[in-house]
Amino acid sequence: MPYQRIKFYQTGSFAAGNRLLPADLRSVQSSATRANTLTCGHRACQGCGEALGARYALDAVMRATKGKLIAVNATGCLEVFSTPFPETSWQIAWLHSLFGNAPAVATGVAAALKAMGRGDIRVVGQGGDGGTVDIGMACLSGMFERNDDVLYICYDNQAYMNTGVQRSGATPPAARTATTPAAGPEPGNTFGQGKNVPLIAMAHEIPYVATATVADLRDLEYKATRAMDFHGARYLHILVPCPLGWGSSPADTIKVARLAVESALFPVFEAEAGEVVSATPIRRQVPVTDYLRLQARYAHLFRPEERTDVIARIQASADRNVSRFGLLQDHHPERKQPTLNAHASPEGR
Amino acid sequence: MFQVRFHGRGGQGVVTAAELLASAAFREDRYAQAFPSFGSERMGAPVMSFCRIDDKPIRTREPVTAPDALLIQDPTLLHQAGLLDGLRADGYVLVNSSRGVDDIGLAEFAAQHSGHLLTVPATNLALANLGRPLPGAPMLGGLAALTRTGQTVSLGALLAAITERFGDRPRVAAGNSAAARAAFDFVTGELDELKAVTHHA
Amino acid sequence: MLKQIEGSRAVAETVAMCRPQVICAYPITPQTHIVEALGAMVKKGELNAEFLNVESEFAAMSVAIGAEAAGARAYTATASQGLLYMSEAVYNAAGLGLPVVMTVANRAIGAPINIWNDHSDAMSQRDAGWIQLYAETNQEAADLHIQAFRIAEELSNPVMVCMDGFLLTHASERVDIPAQTQVDAFLPPYEPRQVLDPDDPVSIGAMVGPEAFTEVRYLAFERMRRVLDVIPAAEADFGAEFGRGSGGLVKPYRTDDADLIVVALGSVLGTVKDAIDELRDDGVRAGVLGITTFRPFPAQAVCDALGDDNRLRRLVVLERSLAPGAGGVVTADVRTALATGDGGPRGPIIATVIAGLGGRPVTRDSLRRMLTTATRGELPAFSFLDLDTHLAETELARIRATRRSGPSAENILRDLAGRS
Repeated sequence: MPYQRIKFYQTGSFAAGNRLLPADLRSVQSSATRANTLTCGHRACQGCGEALGARYALDAVMRATKGKLIAVNATGCLEVFSTPFPETSWQIAWLHSLFGNAPAVATGVAAALKAMGRGDIRVVGQGGDGGTVDIGMACLSGMFERNDDVLYICYDNQAYMNTGVQRSGATPPAARTATTPAAGPEPGNTFGQGKNVPLIAMAHEIPYVATATVADLRDLEYKATRAMDFHGARYLHILVPCPLGWGSSPADTIKVARLAVESALFPVFEAEAGEVVSATPIRRQVPVTDYLRLQARYAHLFRPEERTDVIARIQASADRNVSRFGLLQDHHPERKQPTLNAHASPEGR
Repeated sequence: MFQVRFHGRGGQGVVTAAELLASAAFREDRYAQAFPSFGSERMGAPVMSFCRIDDKPIRTREPVTAPDALLIQDPTLLHQAGLLDGLRADGYVLVNSSRGVDDIGLAEFAAQHSGHLLTVPATNLALANLGRPLPGAPMLGGLAALTRTGQTVSLGALLAAITERFGDRPRVAAGNSAAARAAFDFVTGELDELKAVTHHA
Repeated sequence: MLKQIEGSRAVAETVAMCRPQVICAYPITPQTHIVEALGAMVKKGELNAEFLNVESEFAAMSVAIGAEAAGARAYTATASQGLLYMSEAVYNAAGLGLPVVMTVANRAIGAPINIWNDHSDAMSQRDAGWIQLYAETNQEAADLHIQAFRIAEELSNPVMVCMDGFLLTHASERVDIPAQTQVDAFLPPYEPRQVLDPDDPVSIGAMVGPEAFTEVRYLAFERMRRVLDVIPAAEADFGAEFGRGSGGLVKPYRTDDADLIVVALGSVLGTVKDAIDELRDDGVRAGVLGITTFRPFPAQAVCDALGDDNRLRRLVVLERSLAPGAGGVVTADVRTALATGDGGPRGPIIATVIAGLGGRPVTRDSLRRMLTTATRGELPAFSFLDLDTHLAETELARIRATRRSGPSAENILRDLAGRS
């Protein structure tokens, strides 16, 4: 029987996932030989955004560095659920020191590698928002200021989740936490507080800063890979919903992350040397309520009565992000393809 | 053991002077210890430093309370109570001043310690030879002349220590050395005069 | 090579010869001259190391932790408030078994803020699991750093070398600076017991629960016991290589037939020896026991030096730190050592004398007077040397008289100024 050529119109597109793409366009996760840096058996909650984000990010960095990676982890959910004594889920060289010093310890590792002539091995420092935004801020800023050769990844679930959901400097306004309860005339976290660490990182004018979420795997992998094109201090801020702390359904983790982006509450962008170089556009901005309704930490904004005043303030901050980052503009940034050459020496930095 | 206490103001090189003296003693194969007395380190504040010289290892570390020699690098400190406290009976005092001992209110003291209390215009000598009002080196030159051979240091050792200390700045080394030598000669001259006066008295 | 050199400089030159690969420090008086000198050496290309200006002492110890874990020899230095600020990381380094070497330029801890010497800083970390060595002279300070790297790396246990701030760091004295070949012969390259290696990955720093924590801590305890053997061996090897005695556990001086012994740490030992010699000249059988290794506490060595024939009648522990509510710090360890040593219960009358706090000079005259009081049996069990009782009483009276008595330190300073 003669062969009939069948045309697959989806070939070369993402529509069929990775299977029909050329190898070099497939996601890291699609590879059977991916590093699986954070392998199974860890104790994360069902639907944990951080476990997902860490695996995605580090597998991408492992591919970019051809496996030559050392990771330094701050105390927090990721560290605790990944290394319940006597087991570890990490398939890479991994060090946990303290809560507030992950950036400094990572700096030490990088300095040692340089002193020993092993600049081919790259270093990632990572922690949750608590260890990054609050107690780790001095060390983080020091690392940025010295331009130490470390990629720091912050997994932002917007509170101290490991210790029982206490407020951090990354907790958004009006969100309920154990230390910002939904009570009184201004329930939840206070408006007018909080730090925007990606902007702080940009103020240090470090080579590369980017934000990402677990809703867009490819974007996250791209940014982790792109970060390894640079040498010097780099910062990646990943939004990772926490079903337990946010009061969202474990099945909704990726959906909630997507709504955070599409409502403009979490702008997704890249910056180099302190200037925004690309921002992911929103095709259709969704009202913040679509995002807020899915999380019990905002339940007090809807019951017993809808707090339209508070919601309006949250909407205003989202709209501010739209104008600040040009999220609704019709621009198609020329995205630099990562070179996958992350182990090269930092000449001409 | 010979113990020296330096008095001056912050910025006048009191600590350096003590260290130079120690260096010079080291060059003559003696043990020496030099250290500052610490206070708020600001320009113009009264400061002290100490130097001990001995032929055997020096173990003690307390401040010098019974000095064999006092080097007063700033005469405005003379009004301070207790500046001369603890000075040994046959101790030496060298004051940085272009005036005579009578004019700085130490006539009586000088009379009681003939040949042991002198003034030397160290700042002027420093300005003339080094171009900066740093009296430390000339004060040491004066001390070398004032004390008996073997008590402190020889001029040669002092000059060598100065040269080594300022090795990377030859003009500074030369200036300090010249000032030290000039002070040495000045004090030698003063002592000779005093001896002549005493002989004729 | 013999040099007339400032203590800080001697330490810097010696540390440089130990071939550190990562040097990280945050400035604090009186350690600054050490790291400045090292920084200059690195900048001029005389020392091949990574030199990092970190943003705090907490960062300094953290950088050292990361560096050691990655397999590099790391060094830092601090004092007083800085040591406290890095305390969490100090415990962490010991718990992880990383052989960091750190200089502590002993300085008092505030409030009130005080930049001068005493031992309260290092004493505050005595239970952190670090080996603590106290230098008597700048020669010993330099030598102890060489031994420290070797001891630390042999046992995978961090070491702090304590040298009195200002009294040693800023004193110029004769020091024999060794040759690089000598140091290299004594100190081999760092061979880590655990290391972060992508080709052989391990996870370091796991959480350990009740089921295993005790055992992990027992291992640290055992390690400290082995230190008591490693240190004398290092001292002996050092003597063989460099031709002089430095380090070790304890340093007895004229203790063999003494019936009065002073126990002390650090540079005050020099002044104490002078006082002891004077007493001996007066016919008093006095001696002094210097403790060089304070952690682990060399109980057996202390007992051996104090003798086991009940001849020793009086023991004066001269302390440069204070445990409010308890008394002396070193005294407690000395008492425990004597109580558990061989030879049954001992009889020396032990007196604690707190001296030299916040940089108050410890003078030979004061020591003589205090020791003479001791020989007469009139020294109280606990006292402060050279305490200005009148000054203290004035403030106490003020406190008793009124609730809003004001800040004590400032009141005392004003009283003191008012006198002159």
